[in-house]
Amino acid sequence: MQTRTRLVIIGNGMVGHKLVETLVGSAVAQRFELITFCEESRYAYDRVHLSEFFNGKNAQDLSLVAEGFYSRHGVTVHLNDKAVAIDRANKIVTSARGHEVDYDKLVLATGSYPFVPPIAGSDREGCFVYRTIEDLEAITVKAQASRIGVVVGGGLLGLEAANALKSLGLETHVVEFAPRLMAVQIDAGGGAVLRSKIEALGVRVHVAKNTTRIGAGSERLHRLEFEDGASLETDLVVFSAGIRPRDEIARACDLALGARGGISVNNHCQTSDADIYAIGECAVWNNQIFGLVGPGYQMAQVASAHLCGDAASFTGADMSTKLKLLGVDVASIGDAHGKSHGARAYTFIDEPNGIYKKLVVSAEGQHLLGAVLVGEAEAYGNLLQIVLNGLGLPEHPEALILPVSPAGAPGLGVDALPDVAQICSCNNVSKGELCAAIRAGATSLGALKSETKASTTCGGCAPLVTQILNKEMARLGFAVKKDLCEHFPHSRQELYHIVRVERCKTFEELLDKHGRGRGCDICKPAVASILAACWNDYVLQKEHAGLQDTNDHYLANMQKDGTYSVIPRVPAGEITPEKLIALGRVAKQHGLYTKITGAQRIDMFGARVDQLPHIWKDLVAAGFESGHAYAKALRTVKSCVGSTWCRYGVQDSVGLAIEIEDRYKGLRAPHKIKMAVSGCTRECAEAQGKDVGVIATDKGWNLYVCGNGGVKPRHADLFATDLDKATLIQYIDRFFMFYIRTAGRLQRTAVWMENMEGGLEYLKDVIIHDTLGIGAELEAEMAAVIDTYECEWKKTIEDPDKVKRFRHFVNSDKKDSNVIFVHERGQIRPATEAEKLLAPRARGGLNQLP
Amino acid sequence: MRGANLAVAIEFEESTEWMDVCALDDLVPWYGGCALVQGRQVAIFYLNEDGLYAIDNYDPIGKANVLHRGIVGDINGELVVASPLYKQHFSLITGQCLEKKEAHVETYAVRVVAGRVHIGVRVPD
Repeated sequence: MQTRTRLVIIGNGMVGHKLVETLVGSAVAQRFELITFCEESRYAYDRVHLSEFFNGKNAQDLSLVAEGFYSRHGVTVHLNDKAVAIDRANKIVTSARGHEVDYDKLVLATGSYPFVPPIAGSDREGCFVYRTIEDLEAITVKAQASRIGVVVGGGLLGLEAANALKSLGLETHVVEFAPRLMAVQIDAGGGAVLRSKIEALGVRVHVAKNTTRIGAGSERLHRLEFEDGASLETDLVVFSAGIRPRDEIARACDLALGARGGISVNNHCQTSDADIYAIGECAVWNNQIFGLVGPGYQMAQVASAHLCGDAASFTGADMSTKLKLLGVDVASIGDAHGKSHGARAYTFIDEPNGIYKKLVVSAEGQHLLGAVLVGEAEAYGNLLQIVLNGLGLPEHPEALILPVSPAGAPGLGVDALPDVAQICSCNNVSKGELCAAIRAGATSLGALKSETKASTTCGGCAPLVTQILNKEMARLGFAVKKDLCEHFPHSRQELYHIVRVERCKTFEELLDKHGRGRGCDICKPAVASILAACWNDYVLQKEHAGLQDTNDHYLANMQKDGTYSVIPRVPAGEITPEKLIALGRVAKQHGLYTKITGAQRIDMFGARVDQLPHIWKDLVAAGFESGHAYAKALRTVKSCVGSTWCRYGVQDSVGLAIEIEDRYKGLRAPHKIKMAVSGCTRECAEAQGKDVGVIATDKGWNLYVCGNGGVKPRHADLFATDLDKATLIQYIDRFFMFYIRTAGRLQRTAVWMENMEGGLEYLKDVIIHDTLGIGAELEAEMAAVIDTYECEWKKTIEDPDKVKRFRHFVNSDKKDSNVIFVHERGQIRPATEAEKLLAPRARGGLNQLP
Repeated sequence: MRGANLAVAIEFEESTEWMDVCALDDLVPWYGGCALVQGRQVAIFYLNEDGLYAIDNYDPIGKANVLHRGIVGDINGELVVASPLYKQHFSLITGQCLEKKEAHVETYAVRVVAGRVHIGVRVPD
């Protein structure tokens, strides 16, 4: 007794495979026994991305079938075996290899074949089509012995083929019968822009050329002869003049066909024989053939549903498409040619940049009917949704295609889309389905794609899928988690406000009222920084000391071996010979390695904790202050020599830099702050690479903000021009305090500003125009920090209790025996692990003080 | 489970000798101090009512004697110190590194007697 329905599928292309995938994934998969014939030697692969074969992808990369997928689901596959006949009376399929398989239901997914125009000589050696991996392999081989290649056909696939020939290093020509490229999808204006872009890439385009004959060439292998008498010699020809449905097997068993070929199907994808279905490019529905994968997939889903006994209908498909051809974005939506009655158009052409955009709207201007985008197709997703969902047009529809201002793209946004909106047309995934998957736990783009299959075929909807993901995540409340860490359910910014408003003075108090647990290395230093910015207490005060990173705790920078480096402040890099000598003397006396930093200071390395207070006693005596190189605080104000000495300088950059460094020294912030002042436009101080940069003009000072070097260098933005000094200082005061108030933990000014809604303009509004009315408040907060400044090192060495803490052991005056130096280029450096093994431990290291 | 048996065996064969290292007042609450105990560097953390803990001072990842200079706190309820070098967390209870399975430091018994801090050293009987 046969309890299962035997379903035979002829063809294992993208659509045939989709049907298998859909059926085995259905709730009633057990009801079917699946057998499929595949004429090619490999399982279904991604023909949409076939051209990526030339970018290094191999057949395996393109495969759509995960290893073991068919056997796991009990699907029998006859690879390399073409089904050749159907006996409808006895319900038997016969294959080229002689297999006879009887069926209960049969699905034809035979696809299409490339149309080769009836041109004499089109069967010459070196003439190819562009359909299978084998075709591409043959083209690759031939190209190695060729110099020139011609693609006959300037449609979508023809241009793909042209790109392939170009990437194979051939002089590439495209010959098109119609007067423009991609005549089906885009209009004359778009075609012209596309042509000029493609020609700029070195591909020669010949339109309105009717090829009449291919014969032997005199210079090259072939000569193409055209109706107008012209000719073109080439080594290789690729035909890409459209597709024709593979209907021969249906024709032979008398299934009804379309007027121009193709197997006729009804809304359930059934052919004239109710037990036989046809899907994909071999099927013709309502006298239309659908040469895109999206409609093919829809047919596979409809057929699958119908086979399972569910109601489902194919009622036509949207043929909109977006691709990158030869690196040029091209998109066509709906009625691209404006054929609808009374349709009117908006057109935007940017010739210098090769951009063409057209909107086709209904006679009364209420609805969008179609669009053409060439050169830039970012609007595709938005426009497609408007067309598919019949959404009303905004008051100024032209805004949809006009260049977007930096303030943000116009458009309706994903929120305006109904749940039924189809987002991924290839895999027929709606917004509602995406949102459901997100709610069910697919909270990353990768998870969402694998869960719903959205954006896994052509990828055109990826930006929309991402937007929906972000919006839905935000709506669900687990958007971007802004909690500082597990101990505080607040962002740094929120904690800052709490500290200010509640006048909270210690970490313990804040944790008690607003946190949980005991804190950690994330929240402790962050809160310590907030407390310092608000109240400017001594960082080593009993209740703050344990919050500090080791650098702040020992007021020096820990190096890889556990020793520290010491950087005294040298404001603006100006230093007297006496102080220079003092630094040398201190370094020499304590056996330190010295190096000039990038910030115009002198760094002294190799200090053990117990040495730090002694070093600083000497430094303070010589008139130095802490340089705060260890803190998330103002580091330095770099300067060039300025008008005092320089022939080109227009202002005293050193004088201003010293004044500024003095003003903001010790200011603790979410991250380090760097500044610079240049004395003229030559910019020797590199002020535009700093959080705050000042450049002299002959009228005053230009202020730049939010630059930085490092991993991701960012050029600072010009913030205000020709300022007098008082205004300059006022803006910087406000800028810093606003940054300290609102930035995230370890967020430098550049990222802070870039993440700020409204960006630079908003920042200007707040700082310059005081739109929030907090200017005076910010200045007062800064004044409080400046007034309470004291040198941390001076305070520390004056307090014997604090000095006591600078020792390695609580119970011994011995030194850390693992700190071992060797000499190199006349100075010390840490010994490597290998060198340590050789060093005589008993002596306590090579360079240790007794 | 040979490892487990071995640990038991060691407990039988050893007893704890207590070394007086410092006064409790020498330690800053919620911060570390380092004691030299029979040639070994031991990081001691005094966490007020949360107790007193001692682990190796040597950071096996950063390869330097620095753990007593890390910030202490808790991660998912486990008391930890964060290495000041590369910020990995080591459990104060077990010595296990939370980020790197194979990194582990010794833990030591610690007690307070009459305001003095004692570190337990296991010595063979």
